[in-house]
Amino acid sequence: MAKGILVFAEQRDGKIKKVTYELLSAGKKIASQLGEEVSAVLVGKGVSSLAGGLGEYGADKVYVIENDALENYTTDAYANVVADLVKQNEPTAFLLGCSITGRDLAAQVAQRLNTGLLTDCINVMVENGQIVFTRPIYAGKAIINAAIPEARPVMATIRPNVLPVDEPQAGKSAEVVNVPPNIGNVRITVKDVIRQVSARPELTEADIIVSGGRGMKGPENFKLLEDLADVLGAAVGASRACVDAGWVPLSIQVGQTGKTVSPNLYIAAGISGAIQHLAGMSSSKVIVAVNKDAEANIFKSADFGVVGDLFEVLPVLTQEIKKLKA
Amino acid sequence: MNFKLTEEQELLRKTVRDFAENEIGPKAAEMDEKEDYDWSLWDKMADMGLTGIVFPEKYGGAEMDYVSYALAVEELARVDASSSVVIAAHTSLCSWPIYAFGNEEQKQRFLVPLAEGKKLGALGLTEPSAGSDAGAVKLSAVADGNDYILNGTKTFITNGGKGDIYVVVVSTDKAKKHRGTAAFVVEKGTPGFTFGKKEHKLGIRASYTYELVFENCRVPKENMLASDGDGFKVAMATLDGGRISIAAQAVGIAQGAYEQALAYSKIREQFGRPISANQGIQWMLADMHTRVEAARLLTLHSAYLRDAGEPHTKESAMAKLYAAECSMWVTVKAVQIFGGYGYSREYPVERMMRDAKITEIYEGTSEVQRIVISNSILR
Amino acid sequence: MKIVALVKQTFDSEAKIALEGGKIGRQGISLIMNPYDEYAVEEALKLKEKNGGEVTVVTVGPDEATEAVRQALAMGADQGILVNPGTEDIDESTVATILAKAVSSLEYDIILGGFRAIDDGSAQVAGRVAEILNLPVVNMVTKLEADGGKAVATADIEGGSAVMEVPLPAVITAQKGLNEPRYPSMKGIMQAKKKPLKKMGLGDVSLDASQVAAKVKVLNYSLPPARAAGKVIPGEPAEAAAALAKALREEAKII
Repeated sequence: MAKGILVFAEQRDGKIKKVTYELLSAGKKIASQLGEEVSAVLVGKGVSSLAGGLGEYGADKVYVIENDALENYTTDAYANVVADLVKQNEPTAFLLGCSITGRDLAAQVAQRLNTGLLTDCINVMVENGQIVFTRPIYAGKAIINAAIPEARPVMATIRPNVLPVDEPQAGKSAEVVNVPPNIGNVRITVKDVIRQVSARPELTEADIIVSGGRGMKGPENFKLLEDLADVLGAAVGASRACVDAGWVPLSIQVGQTGKTVSPNLYIAAGISGAIQHLAGMSSSKVIVAVNKDAEANIFKSADFGVVGDLFEVLPVLTQEIKKLKA
Repeated sequence: MNFKLTEEQELLRKTVRDFAENEIGPKAAEMDEKEDYDWSLWDKMADMGLTGIVFPEKYGGAEMDYVSYALAVEELARVDASSSVVIAAHTSLCSWPIYAFGNEEQKQRFLVPLAEGKKLGALGLTEPSAGSDAGAVKLSAVADGNDYILNGTKTFITNGGKGDIYVVVVSTDKAKKHRGTAAFVVEKGTPGFTFGKKEHKLGIRASYTYELVFENCRVPKENMLASDGDGFKVAMATLDGGRISIAAQAVGIAQGAYEQALAYSKIREQFGRPISANQGIQWMLADMHTRVEAARLLTLHSAYLRDAGEPHTKESAMAKLYAAECSMWVTVKAVQIFGGYGYSREYPVERMMRDAKITEIYEGTSEVQRIVISNSILR
Repeated sequence: MKIVALVKQTFDSEAKIALEGGKIGRQGISLIMNPYDEYAVEEALKLKEKNGGEVTVVTVGPDEATEAVRQALAMGADQGILVNPGTEDIDESTVATILAKAVSSLEYDIILGGFRAIDDGSAQVAGRVAEILNLPVVNMVTKLEADGGKAVATADIEGGSAVMEVPLPAVITAQKGLNEPRYPSMKGIMQAKKKPLKKMGLGDVSLDASQVAAKVKVLNYSLPPARAAGKVIPGEPAEAAAALAKALREEAKII
């Protein structure tokens, strides 16, 4: 009999990813309505010290699966151990973050368990005893509510940075269960890992994003955005035009063919606001647009707009914010 | 009656549209500004086979019909009129007469590299005192043994300067007027064949327009298309087909301007609402759309007649006349809808308006088209 | 090398979405090959050019999805298969089940697909196909070399990229940046109609409706609430920038 809400506790380099807390808070909310427990599964090498802390965020139980072979994520090894755990515990629902890892793992586990999977959800609730997920489709141009009525577990990946994190309850601990892994057949060999080193937060997790478009005129001008980002503790993004022009790497592209982001503040400089760009950032809480073209589409979505040359506006904005923060 | 495009024609239209929007669109304004063509686009068009759409596969072409060709020219012109005329002049004015009047050896030597896009073609017909009056050409070709010696000039030659292969209409016997004409294929680099000044134009500024100068230029007899005396015939038949591609170009320019104006009218707000909420704008848009559609139907109909092997001199003249005037009218309206922004180079409609004008002029002015049409109906 | 490319026909990315009878309307929508699948087809053609062999394009969808297959054939693929499930009540598990069945009747060394489709953005069909066929999968690949019995792929991972080696056959999904898809050539368009394109139903791949019943049920569709336009801060650039900083702190309370 299916029972409980299981959450994939995503960690990287010994640090729990923020989306994990968002999942636990959402899991707790639906679990209490269904009268069930929330548990988490934590996978990696030397990660057991992280398990206890998950209790503060709402996990009643944490399954820890540790092995040298699990140090770096590989689809095969992770899918093997996680699918085994899910099969043994038969949760009602299994939730993951819609990160690169979560999305990759979810598809394999869902197929192995022969169940349905809803990707990139932005809300989850219980209606008439059924877990219902909200997810954008057509790059955010439409929204669906959907459920998985029969197949179990119900599976979904949740977009990072969208759902709230409940205040952690200091001192609340979780029951830690060590699960001996059966790594199984791993067909993929990781030859090399190239980390992008950046002192700035990751785009999908950042609270503030400063983004540039065609109006930046060239890669050398991104310094203006970086200066602003530094005073705000923000991540730097870009529109497709800048990526296509070779000014910035694809990894910082926001939009339909890039990253989908939901920061508290999104500052769009020299971005016209093509529908493909809006698809990636329209769920931001506050949007600021700086553009010299008063007709630019971006102003239709912006909470605050400045019509003016970004080369004049950005340096002043950086200075003013520095003053306010001083 | 069947107005539905075939699956291949639909795919061609979509392909050329994607190509034009993605590859040519970002460069169109700059090419216009600099009065220069980015010939890397030509190489891409050659890779796609846009340089030989209507010719048989055995001559390096795609063996498509004229409807397909008209669709391709329209889609290029919708984004950039200069690109469409590069293809249209190359295909209709140079490659086609070689295909239609050349012998097998000439086709292998000239048509194959043209269709494959390895060579760029042009037609030398217009002279300072002979344009549509093709029988009045003065450029002389005098037989000398197995060669002819060419002397004279050609003006306003599209693809001139850059072109590798030229079909040149000459006079071999002035006394016989148009019966004393011939058509030669002359290659760039032939001694005695040079280029005069480059024209600076109102529109289609990215396309090259040059004067061709022949000074004792020796061309072998085997470069003559058809026979001595057939120059006028070659020129007239070439212009018949050329009109379809210019009509398609005019339709494309008009379609592009109409779409720009339609989109802008929905986002431009005045007095608290988009200008498309005003009936004055609505009626302009309705008229623009209607005229473009009518011009397209005339154009595709003349292409259809050509594909069916039926006479189409009158129909292609009607298509070119109507489409060219439609193009001018629609682009003027588009600039009007954009208001001050339409007059600025920030937006493409001013370029489209300048580009449209040439369609009323080259390959037979609108007045000449009316002569062709009236000759046909009063006969 | 026997190469399979999985493709999906989607709405044009610029399509305006409207609801008709409570569902997503299809009227006036132009349909395209999913752009990520175009990368997959291009990569398949490159592998064929390098290693020889043939490219088979497989899709699940209504009959009109043949247009996407024809496009792939015009780009240079050798043959196409379309399986029409005969129902719109399908989800990712349905599509993956059908694709895997259709592919299992073919010989294959490598299976390529886009890492996600731009319509539902689910990013799970190719992975499910790999699971059903018991093949390894590498997702979000930006560089690929495949020959002999293995593939070496550079793929996006959390916070960077990784180079992975995988034995063939395997499933590889394409991320933007893998290549620049070619445009179909005019000759390609003419040849495409002469290439084999098999249209099949569920029965032709030995499946029945109960085996492919959707597990996900959509309860309702809606359009997102329009974002209300905010205010434009007046003034000269420097003046407005200062006012903006103040508004972000005092009004939005966000910095």
